[in-house]
Amino acid sequence: MAERLLRTLFPRGAVVPMTAAAIWWLASSTGLLSGPIAVSPLQVIQTPFLDASGRELWAALLASMMRVFAGGLLGGVAGLILGYVAGMYRAAGLGLSPTIHTVRQVALLAWIPLLTAWFGNGEGTKLVFTALSTFFPLFLATEQGIRQVPKPLVEVAQTLALRPTTRILRLYLPAALPNICVGLQIAALSAWIGTIGAEYAIGNGRGLGSYVASARDQFRMDIVIVGVFALAAGGVLLAAAIRLASLKLSPWNREI
Amino acid sequence: MATFGAEDEFSVAQAAPNVRFAKVKSLVGAGLLVLGLPLALLTLWWAASINGLVSPQVLPQPDWVVHTFLDLLASGDILTAAAVSFRRIADGFLIGATLGFFFGLLIGKSTTADAYLGPTFRALAAVPSLGWLPILILLLGIEESLKIVILAKACFVPMAISTAEGARNIPAGLTEVAQVLGLRKRTRFLKLTIPAMAPFIASGVRLSLSQAFISLIVVEMLAGTDGLGYMMVWGRTLFQLDIVIVGMIVVGVVGFVLDILLKRAESLIIKGSGDG
Repeated sequence: MAERLLRTLFPRGAVVPMTAAAIWWLASSTGLLSGPIAVSPLQVIQTPFLDASGRELWAALLASMMRVFAGGLLGGVAGLILGYVAGMYRAAGLGLSPTIHTVRQVALLAWIPLLTAWFGNGEGTKLVFTALSTFFPLFLATEQGIRQVPKPLVEVAQTLALRPTTRILRLYLPAALPNICVGLQIAALSAWIGTIGAEYAIGNGRGLGSYVASARDQFRMDIVIVGVFALAAGGVLLAAAIRLASLKLSPWNREI
Repeated sequence: MATFGAEDEFSVAQAAPNVRFAKVKSLVGAGLLVLGLPLALLTLWWAASINGLVSPQVLPQPDWVVHTFLDLLASGDILTAAAVSFRRIADGFLIGATLGFFFGLLIGKSTTADAYLGPTFRALAAVPSLGWLPILILLLGIEESLKIVILAKACFVPMAISTAEGARNIPAGLTEVAQVLGLRKRTRFLKLTIPAMAPFIASGVRLSLSQAFISLIVVEMLAGTDGLGYMMVWGRTLFQLDIVIVGMIVVGVVGFVLDILLKRAESLIIKGSGDG
């Protein structure tokens, strides 16, 4: 009985992080851990609320979120439309897919030097980069989803001479939705990491990436830790939100 | 029915040469379609840069890029950079994948270990390489150790996840047989555990190497002084976009070849373990 109470109060998964936090706290409060980058856990928790430069976290988060949204919308719509066209028409698939798959082989971050030369060190590059990191996964998923629409259903739609809009809304979109939803999750994570990567690499303007980059330059370990935590938590939350939305959107979907 | 059959045969004989011709035609057509977009883009690029519509600092001529590539290849710059990068991947993979294998085995085999360590591991795995980078830069500087640690982490996570999955998926029947036969621990590990887990380990190796390659580019671009990723940053600083484009092509080709080789190796191993 006592053991069960202990388990619910302290689940076994919490033992390791709590022990680590306790050691960290002890080491920093007894002065074992010292130096310019030694911070205490308490300080890290206070930073986003009390510290003057730490408080910029919220504005940075908002800026990054807006960027993910705008860039993601740009790249996502392009990915959906081109993916649909490439999956739907053989000619378009042959014309588009090999080129896009080839270009996709380049690791995403390797685009940054080229994009900064083309769009400057400002908002343009960050948006285009975010759009690019959303585009590839969503294009891939949509193309695959449309290709996997069951042949008999396509034939039925042809026999019934459904109008194109009906056909898209009633057949292709619902059939491809499971794939698109999985692609959307990957694309959202990719957009989130892409945005912050671009902000971090370029280093100016507002955003979570530049928040962390400037903290790193000032040797502010507490701000860096807060920023990285926000980066990871944001990614997890974004993916979870999309998964939830997909479940609502497509209850027939079992792949999520 | 008979008449229909005869008719079918007749039409097939008639159509046969046409089918072959149509096949050739559609193959040619497909080839043209595939090459159409790249050729159009290349022509556009070439025309724009030849006619001075874009400055060479923004888009150098295609033949410059080829020239730079040959130059960098002849001077050994690309090979040196690639050697540095591959050395890093090899080091990071050896450390990260080995540790990941044993950690995966631990949390896959023992539910107690999984209960204690699993949540912490999954939480830390949610932090991308990009997030570890600033923390580790503050701790380690931008020395070689930083790159190795980042790459080791990039290999550790997929390897641990795949191995744990493999360890959980060892067929219960085989484990029982091993128990009934009273196999020794060593025999059981070598003859049952390892072969049953081979496909998972293979996909862990593939995933961790491709993760390592992506992280390599990240760490070399953001905190590097040499290697393939740095080559692009360096070209950008000099406003020599030809170097940047050469770098992108090299990174793309290397990533592609790596992916194909690893996928082939993985399917060979999966096939092999299925036969065994």
